[in-house]
Amino acid sequence: MDQQGSKARDAALQDLEQVVIRFAGDSGDGMQLTGNEFTRTTAIMGNDLATFPDFPAEIRAPAGTLPGVSAFQLRFASVDIHTPGDTPDVLVAMNPAALKVHIGELRPGGLLILNTAKFRETELKKARYESDPRQDGSLDAYRLVEVDLEQVTREALKDAPLDAKAKDRCKNMFALGILYWLYHRDLEPTLRFIDELFGRKKPEIADANKVVLRAGYNYADITGLFQTTFRVPRATFMAPGRYRNIMGNQALCLGLVAAAKQSGLPILLGSYPITPASDILHQLSGYKHHDIVTFQAEDEIAAVCAAIGASYAGVLGVTSTSGPGVALKSEAINLAVMTELPLVIVDVQRGGPSTGLPTKTEQADLLQAMFGRNSDSPVPIVCATTPGDAFDAAFEAARIAIEYMTPVFLLSDGYIANSSEPWRIPDVSKLPKIPVRFAPARNDGSKFLPYERDPRTLARPWAKPGTPGLMHRIGGIEKQDVTGNISYDPKNHEHMVHTRAGKVAGIAKTIAPLQPLGAATGDVLVLGWGSTRGSITAAVLRHQKQGRKVSAVFLRHLNPFAPNLGELLRGFRKVIVPEMNLGQLCMLLRARFLVDAEAFTKVQGRPFTTEEIEQKIQSALEGLKA
Amino acid sequence: MSPLTESTPPAANPPLSKKDYKSDQEVRWCPGCGDYAILNSVQATFAKLQKQLHETVIISGIGCSSRFPYYMETYGFHTIHGRAPAIATGTKIANPALDVWVVTGDGDALSIGGNHFIHAIRRNVGIKILLFNNRIYGLTKGQYSPTSEQGKVTKSTPYGSVDYPFDPIRLAIGAGATFVARSVDIFAPHLEHVLERAAAHRGTAMVEIYQNCNIFNDGAWKHFTDKDVRDDRVLHLEHGKPLLFGKDKRKGIRFRDGFHPEIVTLGEDGVREQDIPVYDEKDPSPTLAMALASMDEHKLPVPIGVFRVQDKPTFEEGVQAQVAQARTKKAKETLQDLLNAGETWDVA
Repeated sequence: MDQQGSKARDAALQDLEQVVIRFAGDSGDGMQLTGNEFTRTTAIMGNDLATFPDFPAEIRAPAGTLPGVSAFQLRFASVDIHTPGDTPDVLVAMNPAALKVHIGELRPGGLLILNTAKFRETELKKARYESDPRQDGSLDAYRLVEVDLEQVTREALKDAPLDAKAKDRCKNMFALGILYWLYHRDLEPTLRFIDELFGRKKPEIADANKVVLRAGYNYADITGLFQTTFRVPRATFMAPGRYRNIMGNQALCLGLVAAAKQSGLPILLGSYPITPASDILHQLSGYKHHDIVTFQAEDEIAAVCAAIGASYAGVLGVTSTSGPGVALKSEAINLAVMTELPLVIVDVQRGGPSTGLPTKTEQADLLQAMFGRNSDSPVPIVCATTPGDAFDAAFEAARIAIEYMTPVFLLSDGYIANSSEPWRIPDVSKLPKIPVRFAPARNDGSKFLPYERDPRTLARPWAKPGTPGLMHRIGGIEKQDVTGNISYDPKNHEHMVHTRAGKVAGIAKTIAPLQPLGAATGDVLVLGWGSTRGSITAAVLRHQKQGRKVSAVFLRHLNPFAPNLGELLRGFRKVIVPEMNLGQLCMLLRARFLVDAEAFTKVQGRPFTTEEIEQKIQSALEGLKA
Repeated sequence: MSPLTESTPPAANPPLSKKDYKSDQEVRWCPGCGDYAILNSVQATFAKLQKQLHETVIISGIGCSSRFPYYMETYGFHTIHGRAPAIATGTKIANPALDVWVVTGDGDALSIGGNHFIHAIRRNVGIKILLFNNRIYGLTKGQYSPTSEQGKVTKSTPYGSVDYPFDPIRLAIGAGATFVARSVDIFAPHLEHVLERAAAHRGTAMVEIYQNCNIFNDGAWKHFTDKDVRDDRVLHLEHGKPLLFGKDKRKGIRFRDGFHPEIVTLGEDGVREQDIPVYDEKDPSPTLAMALASMDEHKLPVPIGVFRVQDKPTFEEGVQAQVAQARTKKAKETLQDLLNAGETWDVA
């Protein structure tokens, strides 16, 4: 791997179990790309990993300012990890603003790589520094490495046919090259990526980036900036199989494609661009050859309506959005509830209310999904818990929608959407089939009854327009059971309200019992849903290692709940529910099971750290002792 | 170009009569409502065209007109307020073989559903939009609508409405409509002819139908549709024919300075038939159609008939062409290939 490394052998070599690196810079500095490249390379090299991209809503916020800072954190390990890590071991700060925003979280003794090109008075001022932090002693706790990335990049590109601005844009590759050398990463995947990204159209840009990446690598090698290099060996605990690195939005898309294949149903995705869900529209738009058609609608309402119109015609309608979009879709979702048509509503949650924090994560749409429509309007809800898990969650959402003829909410969030992890690629031959039964054509003159239900699921038949003999009318007005005719009869309405509720409640029959992490009874149960899974797992494992009776349970199904949830809740003296909202799941659990569950909440647009949850468990355990 | 989902091939059926298009549901419009006449004309037209019941879908929004699907023995979807064009778009993309008709009203299409109306038209989705215009909200019991004349006194506007109205024809032309027509509920032969023309159009066909609400806005159109005035007040647009009207077709529309329409009489002031513009519904320029649709209904005759026809590929054809191309190009990629895409590594 160290083909170029002459002095690498001079530096000491140390093996580490894990490392946390954070890249931070202006939103135009390419930090997301830099982080993603380190991640991809690291995945290919067989480490376990977790990432946390954190960027502003503005595409290019004013350069050098605090709100304009974009960061990407990744943790890679030879051991099983569940989160991107609480405190970075390495911080790469491309300017004073990035330093200011992120230095507080670098662990004492951590490595701080600064781009000194930006430590001029104007830049310091923009970052609200009174004095140069390099000179006032405030960085003494860290191992400081200063590199003028602009100067060294220009030097490396002195013969390149690019203007100064274009040259400067390559400086992130110099920083990446330094870190590749320091952590013994392979340059090849990134060199290939650069060719793919720029190669054909802008070969001179591709060449410049490759030159600078190598220059950064060699610079670290030749200058002897570091006395030690580090190796994080391949992770060996992983289950056998083929792996790839995957982000949550990607896995979610693949889960939908798999559901299309396994059901034999094409998908129509109706969508309107919205952060952080837009990538789902982007990705699925490239899968036309897999029977996925995407429709970028004029607004959120048209997006869900087109999906409903498609489901009505016999394909699986899907709509993808975030919380504000769900608000706009509510009425249409209720049309799908009333007409009992399959529909998957993907909500990649973000901070709210209103526009809120478009690029930051939150889990505060649970009650919106549960209750955010007029009247008694039951909609099943499933959630993804990690990036790779979004594949299974999407598949399950589609399964329920089709089997039960119902709209289904699929909740993801900004953290799952954009972070990544190694994903064991499923063997398609082992994926379950999703059976679809369209009502068959009739020519005996008998009347088709659009609300004659399957006694097992209470689902009504799916009758595709185009099928002879099944002509019928459906709509949003209350209808008589069985015939589907308009009915304002009081008793019938009550019967239908109960039937719709009963149909969704009955889905529980098809949900596998929850398997707790740890014993099924004990002192503290930490109950999670969605993206809190990683930090809960890590925190609970630490307590279990110390012999404490702490378990965790992660919910896939939020409506209805898995059948054994009540029993699990009653098996513990204390139930803690960490949520990135003000206690929404906790409210549902207390209402449903009359348990004294306690919400542990955080609404900062960032995931829980392991330590936060670990301490919460600690204080709960102490509370039990007292 | 295979559709996303296939229709079952129709069985050989005996010819359908008008009554075969009637559902078993009791029609619940107010007695005397213009909707009855439109329903009758649609059923007559469908029978004339021998539309197959199972291949026909009628999608509506909310309002009096939107109850229409319940009374037709086809597939029917009574949806939510203003959204029928969006739902119909999804249905048409999913199965382009279906014959999809949207029934809507002036409030449904132009107020709450204005956005979907213009965007369905802009995309040229292969659906027919029948816009029943009665210049009033009927089902909510009589508030002014986006087509109500300014100053309209209604329950919600006791001092008269302040807003200026929309003209659906001009709105549709402005949105790039490829088929725009207008007819009147009580002009059955004309309406049936226009419906037949709409049915034959492959892109979005927007048909505005002047409809009388005898309860909340009775006589909204009578100043030009009444028997004794209509000859002089209605201009029948006919492709290839001059813009003549009046009982003996002696009156015509001429454009002063090229832009300003005025009524002239053949034989008076030296006006000859060749001075009257000949209507070309296929004219790529929408200028004349727009000018005629903009005529003051109180001073000049009201044009009805087909304003505009343009032959343009439909949205769903474009979608299907891309699907077909992607399938040919990447025919061999399996789901497993897709899952395995990008950089992978194996753990033994």
